[in-house]
Amino acid sequence: MAGKINRREFIKIAGAGMGGLAVSAGAGKVIYDYVRENGKPDSITRTPTYCEMCTYQCAGWAYTKNGVPWKLVGNELDEHCYGRLCTKGSAGFGVYDDPDRLKTPLIRTEVRGQQAFREATWDEALDYIAKKMKIIAEKHGPESVALFSHGSGGKWFKTLLKAYGTNSFAAPSYANCRGPREEGYIITYGEPIDTPERTDMKNSKCVVLLGSHIGENTHSQQVNEFTSAIAAGATVIVADPRFSIAAGKARYWLPIKPGTDLALLLAWINVIIEENLYDADYVARYTKGFDELKKAVKNNTPEWAYPITTIKPDIIRETAREMAKNAPATILHPGRHNVWYGDDTQRVRAGAILNALLGSWGRKGGFFFPEKAHLPEFPVPAFPKPKKTFKDTHIGGQFGLANLAISDGVCDATIHSVRDNHGSFYEAWFIYGSNLLKALPNPEKTIKALKDLELVVVVDILPTEITGWADVVLPDTTYLERYDDIRTSQGRTPQIALRSPVFEPRYNSKPAWWIAKNLADKMGLGAYFPWKDVEEYLDFKLKKAGSSLEEMKKVGVKNFERETPLYISKGENYRFPTDSGKIELYSNTMADYGHDPVPQFTSHDEPESGYFRLLYGRSPSHSFARTINNPILSQLDRENEVWINTAVAREWGIKAGQYVRLVNQDGVESNRVRAKVTERIRPDCVYMVHGFGSTQKQLKKAYNRGADDQSLMTRVKVDPIMGGQAMHGNFVTFRVG
Amino acid sequence: MKKMKKKYAMVIDTKVCVGCGACVVACKTENEVPEGLHRDWIVEEITGSYPHLFMEVRSERCNHCSDAPCVSACPTGASHYREDTENLVLVTPGKCTGCKACMAACPYDARFTVPEGYASKCTFCEHRLDQGLDPACMSVCPAHAIFFGDLNNPESTVSLLLKKRQYRVLMPEVGTEPNVYYLT
Amino acid sequence: MKEITITTQKMASAHAQGWQIWGWEIPVYLFLGGLTAGIIVVASWMILKNRGKEYPVATNKIMVLAPVLISLGMGALFLDLSHKLYVWRFYMTFQVTSVMSWGSWILVLVYPVTILLVLATFREGFPSVYEWVEERIKQIRGGRFLPWFKAIVDFAETRKNIFAKAGIPIGIGLGIYTGILLSAFAARPIWNSAILGPLFLVSGMSTGVALIALLSRDDERHYFARMDMGLIVLEMFILFLFFVGQLTSGKAQQEAISLLLGGSIMTPVFWIFVFTLGLFLPLVFEWLEMKGRDIPAVLPPVMVLFGGLMLRFVLVKVCCLWRDMSIDQLLR
Repeated sequence: MAGKINRREFIKIAGAGMGGLAVSAGAGKVIYDYVRENGKPDSITRTPTYCEMCTYQCAGWAYTKNGVPWKLVGNELDEHCYGRLCTKGSAGFGVYDDPDRLKTPLIRTEVRGQQAFREATWDEALDYIAKKMKIIAEKHGPESVALFSHGSGGKWFKTLLKAYGTNSFAAPSYANCRGPREEGYIITYGEPIDTPERTDMKNSKCVVLLGSHIGENTHSQQVNEFTSAIAAGATVIVADPRFSIAAGKARYWLPIKPGTDLALLLAWINVIIEENLYDADYVARYTKGFDELKKAVKNNTPEWAYPITTIKPDIIRETAREMAKNAPATILHPGRHNVWYGDDTQRVRAGAILNALLGSWGRKGGFFFPEKAHLPEFPVPAFPKPKKTFKDTHIGGQFGLANLAISDGVCDATIHSVRDNHGSFYEAWFIYGSNLLKALPNPEKTIKALKDLELVVVVDILPTEITGWADVVLPDTTYLERYDDIRTSQGRTPQIALRSPVFEPRYNSKPAWWIAKNLADKMGLGAYFPWKDVEEYLDFKLKKAGSSLEEMKKVGVKNFERETPLYISKGENYRFPTDSGKIELYSNTMADYGHDPVPQFTSHDEPESGYFRLLYGRSPSHSFARTINNPILSQLDRENEVWINTAVAREWGIKAGQYVRLVNQDGVESNRVRAKVTERIRPDCVYMVHGFGSTQKQLKKAYNRGADDQSLMTRVKVDPIMGGQAMHGNFVTFRVG
Repeated sequence: MKKMKKKYAMVIDTKVCVGCGACVVACKTENEVPEGLHRDWIVEEITGSYPHLFMEVRSERCNHCSDAPCVSACPTGASHYREDTENLVLVTPGKCTGCKACMAACPYDARFTVPEGYASKCTFCEHRLDQGLDPACMSVCPAHAIFFGDLNNPESTVSLLLKKRQYRVLMPEVGTEPNVYYLT
Repeated sequence: MKEITITTQKMASAHAQGWQIWGWEIPVYLFLGGLTAGIIVVASWMILKNRGKEYPVATNKIMVLAPVLISLGMGALFLDLSHKLYVWRFYMTFQVTSVMSWGSWILVLVYPVTILLVLATFREGFPSVYEWVEERIKQIRGGRFLPWFKAIVDFAETRKNIFAKAGIPIGIGLGIYTGILLSAFAARPIWNSAILGPLFLVSGMSTGVALIALLSRDDERHYFARMDMGLIVLEMFILFLFFVGQLTSGKAQQEAISLLLGGSIMTPVFWIFVFTLGLFLPLVFEWLEMKGRDIPAVLPPVMVLFGGLMLRFVLVKVCCLWRDMSIDQLLR
């Protein structure tokens, strides 16, 4: 019994003691919380910038609260975003706060690719590069240096390298993304689509999308205008093997067989011509080659297209009539990433032709004529003329109609075993803001090229796969820590936008302009960067345009007056920038180069039994591989999934959420990826979001998450017109369990 | 005459919502929502079977119910209606014990506990309302899918939208009288 | 076919964190609360019927455990709080619509009632302890506090029946409220059944009676063992009604209860630990013992107590499990 007292008393004493402790601790915390909440008001700042989370460069305001990042909000004046940033733009501070960022310059210590680096000072790193560049110029000529660039900061390196004596500038976004679109429209209308797209969607009464997944692709202006059109009752027609978000908004979803879009386009053209639904006045006034076109598509009837596309003939007719009914406020969207099957320039051109028949180019609800603001360049000495250009390489010579260097071609012109047969010549690569090993298919080829180079310089923000292959890694600041050149993109209104720093450069990173300028100084090219600092450079240009750095810091975006009309006026004698001055429904240029003057359908490889075509696309939370490690965005979208049709999954015994591996036609196997079993995709293909499956351990949030579709793209078809690298020709089967 | 209380409602147009999640990030940064937690989220609802499919996309959050079970279940009054409103449900962190009764009560799973311990959720950006601004999710939406206002004002945008368009609410059968309306 | 996806991105926190909002702390608290309720009700009833001689444990001894057990329960409750420093907020207000608020105040009331009942019975229940305490108090400051001590005990003993009359409703309230706590969550299947209140009350009584049986001997033990048999049968019946109720309610309820009928790990946990070990076998053992077989006296009561704890554990966790599983499906 004595024991029981002790226990009871102990509990009571302990209870009282705990209670007392709780009360005093509680009181303490309450007082602390109260004082904290009712203390000083927050100090808030707002700085103008334009976004670099994707290439759209929406202008916005960066807010800090009490000295730390708070939020990013769109600039109301900006036509890129109408004051509303997208998912990624709103998460921009994530990359500023990413603890995995590159922090200091690195110089390679062992064989390239071993990822063995030592930290270096900026002087050391830049001296290293300058010395090597001098040797390369002497031994091989400055033309042997190529630049791969993606992002605003690339401009400074272009200036540097132009001053050095080369103009081999490749953007993976050309041959691996929107190249066919630009060429297809240049051939037809004499002008490219460019960015932001010159689509007048907010006034469209009928929007036709071929695979474009607006909504999952969140270019803010495009989402805004697309949804405006929907809200106003526009008819949406979507041809896509997958029931995308856009398809979910469509009156007509055409679950088209992959690889057959050109047949659908030709059938639409056929219907619109045969049923006299085209804009006769527009066609007569502004196009040439109508009769040849009519002859060429005579047999491309809906009945012909049906077995190819699996879209019923009456649907093809109905949708064609719907397009014509709403013309000229009908737009067949040109898309953006168009490197699908290897005949992509022709396919996009077919769409361009269709738009011409509907009379939508230069008309309200179709395509407007964009204008850019004009800012003069800062005066610098004349650039040297390179003795060799990309066009002198093997690939460059092949694709005469390509307007930019083709990344794959640069690779070819670098790999010793390849180029020694062709007399191509790259010895050094500068890579700015582009993870080539994720951007280009066939990473083994890129690696072969990297191994053969004498110098590899990578300027980037995060330690991605490509930084592992550099000789020198230079840490760029994020866009939030620097000035960049004034944005002068095209639009309905000529606008300029300022990017100004919200914070000082973090760690030991430096802005791209500083790197280029200091490297130029060390290379004796300082005359091409004659301004003291970038503020002087910007203020000079802005003052010439009737503004100033001071003004731009207050407003962020400034509008100018247009000089030409937005649309073609009725009966106007408009001259298109083609050779003939007219829209070329039939292209002599194409014929001269040995290509079909009017697009013709060719069928593409089909998957074997048990294999499924691998399709890929975007998630709204990510800009492909760039943002997978972003601390904010990785909370939204942590890993990708492979979309598998329900019936197919049942056949294979794959359950929703199960992890499977994909094996492609060449035996390459992916890492594990979750299966999304869904009705939203055709049974003959599978779909994944691109950009996951990082192999970089230093990217702690991205490493090993999801699967990499790119490693499965071993089969690449090359567009004979502009060298575009088509990646939809890969097929996968499942490895379950 | 006594001033009528505000009945705050959000109206979301599912016809134009594309499920991009800008609202999720904007809310997260504006309200400094802790890592791994979200005050609003996206739901995609698909009906039918290939190829006859229908999709509704919507952004969800706390519904600020007129008869909120979280308010009635809270033992300390931490979960309460703001005085000048009929239905703006807020949490006073200093009154919250972290018992999670509100989390158990909410049929929409809109609540969570923050690392500091108290319960939290969407507040309709109450701090912005006081400055005459819209909730952060509404301000960012590139599709202009989100509208907000006072349903007790017959001229407000939300009142007019509900008169003009068909709409529904989530789980009306649980009887909580939610005030986030989805235009269909 | 309806596919509802919460896109793997941008998910609600409840989905991100998993819906295990309550861990072991709440089932332990519910069990201890029910056990205390059973003790209070039975002991108060025994006091009122003046059964001190025949049933000494039940009438005069078991009450001592009440404040101990309820304190342990409240300790578990405290551990569950995620904002512990503000626990005192429970006692700054009374929210009439909140069952948890009712519960906080009931718990508070339990203390004075049980302490007074302890004071009223412990001289009769633990005479040697009483003498020991009296001796110790005599020695403090020359026995100054002795008259106070005697007055308090006297006060309690003379009003014993009043306190017992208060104890019955308090005990019943404590027992039922633990069930209503869950059933008030209208949005949750399994929980939103009104039968949880009576179920937890009967289960609480059953565990209280089992504890008394465990700690007593001979006739008293047999008496309460028999009482427990009756309570077990009643509890099984209520459980049966509970299952029927869920199966005949809406889809969510049917889905959730199916987790106890073969759909999850909770099925064997329930049927082995709650039903067989906690209800059926004790019933069989008690019946065998009534028929004269020799069963270790400790066994059935301990099994009943264990079963009571497992019942609470299963009922709390199966709802969390159902919620997690249904969210998991949405994340596909």
